[in-house]
Amino acid sequence: MTQLLLFNVFNGLVIGAFYALMALGLSLIINLTNVINFSHGGFLALGAYFAYTLEPYLGFWGALIVSPFCAALIGVIVERILIRPLYSRDPLYSLLLTFGLAFVLEDTVRYIWGAQGLPMKVPQVLQSSLSQTLFFLTGYRVFMVVLVAVAVAILFLILKKTRLGMRIRAGTLDLEMVSALGVDVRILRNLNFGLGIFFAGLAGVLAAGMLGLTPTIGDQLIMPSFVAVIVGGLGSLVGTLFGGILIGVATGVVTVFYPSASEATIYVMMALVLLVRPHGLFGEEGGTKL
Amino acid sequence: MPYWIGYVGGYTDLASRLLIIGLAAMATNLLVGHSGVMAFGHAAYFGLSSYTTGLMIKYLIPSTPVGFLAGIIVGTLGGAIIGFLLARLRGIYFALATIAFGQVFFFIAFRWNAVTGGDNGLSFQRQPIDLGFLQLNLGSSRVYYYVALAVFAVCAALMAVVLRSPFGRTLLAMRENERRARFLSIPVNRHLWMAYIVSCFFVAVAGSLYGMLNNFVSPHDLHWTQSGDFVLMAVIGGMRSFWGPLLGAAIFVVAQDYLSSLTGNWMFFIGMLFVLVVLFLPRGIAGLLQRRTS
Repeated sequence: MTQLLLFNVFNGLVIGAFYALMALGLSLIINLTNVINFSHGGFLALGAYFAYTLEPYLGFWGALIVSPFCAALIGVIVERILIRPLYSRDPLYSLLLTFGLAFVLEDTVRYIWGAQGLPMKVPQVLQSSLSQTLFFLTGYRVFMVVLVAVAVAILFLILKKTRLGMRIRAGTLDLEMVSALGVDVRILRNLNFGLGIFFAGLAGVLAAGMLGLTPTIGDQLIMPSFVAVIVGGLGSLVGTLFGGILIGVATGVVTVFYPSASEATIYVMMALVLLVRPHGLFGEEGGTKL
Repeated sequence: MPYWIGYVGGYTDLASRLLIIGLAAMATNLLVGHSGVMAFGHAAYFGLSSYTTGLMIKYLIPSTPVGFLAGIIVGTLGGAIIGFLLARLRGIYFALATIAFGQVFFFIAFRWNAVTGGDNGLSFQRQPIDLGFLQLNLGSSRVYYYVALAVFAVCAALMAVVLRSPFGRTLLAMRENERRARFLSIPVNRHLWMAYIVSCFFVAVAGSLYGMLNNFVSPHDLHWTQSGDFVLMAVIGGMRSFWGPLLGAAIFVVAQDYLSSLTGNWMFFIGMLFVLVVLFLPRGIAGLLQRRTS
């Protein structure tokens, strides 16, 4: 029983790391531009398939580094051409645009790489399990959790220390003032969008190694990521991170006792959070600039 | 066959489908266009109502009117409960929460195999109506079309009455300037909740009709993509106008029917259509027509 619980908690942690990685990207984009990026799952799939294509040339490690950048590049282009004209309008329009874009991305992936699932090669080193008793600690899963932790740490460092990061944080609080101080908001939003998509792409490569590739690989992750943003509270990246891991672990625990309710868990949690703290666990009351 | 559907290459069931989906889009637009809040989870109440109708007819009482009523009641009730949680949220936070709550119903339908049939969906058979003085053989597509048309007409009239009432005017006031509406002592959260319930009522009517049209409900009728489709129809047609969403639904339903018979990649084209409309026709086709006439 203990082992089963441990297994599921750890599994939940792995899933939670995915949710958090995606939700952080979503949250970054929402905070600065009020865009609810429905196509985040599509960009995740792009990252995964880029890695699949690049792997024979660059190896797993090379693909792991390069393909999120490729996804981010596409993201930057999409932002420039499609999303930028919509900032002055109601957020509904950008939401709908990314909704349509999600269809386009999914079908494009299906058209290029085919509808059937593809396997992703993972280095031998990562495939064995670390111990006989704790069979669930395969190298790949531990590696994923560590990598997510490192990526998140780097993100927070970027936001704290670099000029770009400071501008993004300032823009989250008051974009007009940032613009008045002479920062080119268009470029700031553009780079911020790319950064968000980078995280989607990274999540995609990692997911591909664990689950294999399908055009709909992002679909199961996008809703929980939304929930992570809501539970954590809009405007708070720490909250988003916490929200993602929390719902992942909660899913894992519920799976032990009542497997068929595992997906519903996170929505029940969301309802509870909204009842008690409508602005999310880490969000500030009235702090969301809506 | 209704005479007009022939012109767009359709068939009777497509005409019924168009009306029913159009009603759902109009109901969604009550919130999106008229109240200015982003309701992105309406497929949940649509599907909840379909399932209730189906389950009622299949397992409890094999009667179309009873199933229809049960569907409307349960669908509206679901909307009332979720709407209560949502009414305190605004803007994109509201949108995110509607999307996420919408998925709850999808997972229940998808996972609760014993009752809903899971991924295989739920098949049932709508029953003929016998009211003593009136017999309707609902099995015929044509008769069902006229029933759907009658229900649609009643709902559209009701919706127009609601929107013209003082309550409907407060919704417009909230859309234009919520703070000012609050200063005029309008209880905005309660009115938003009421608007949510009214909207869910109409979407539930559509859902129940839709279930009976197909004699089948699948969990995919509750998926968030379906919710997005409703909003998109409203936007394509023109969300500031009353009939716009019906026009949008007509374009969407016919285009989907046509494209999916032509190509396996029809989702790509539907998606491109969305992107282009959002970019270039922000006021929808109704907005285009209004500009022409003015």
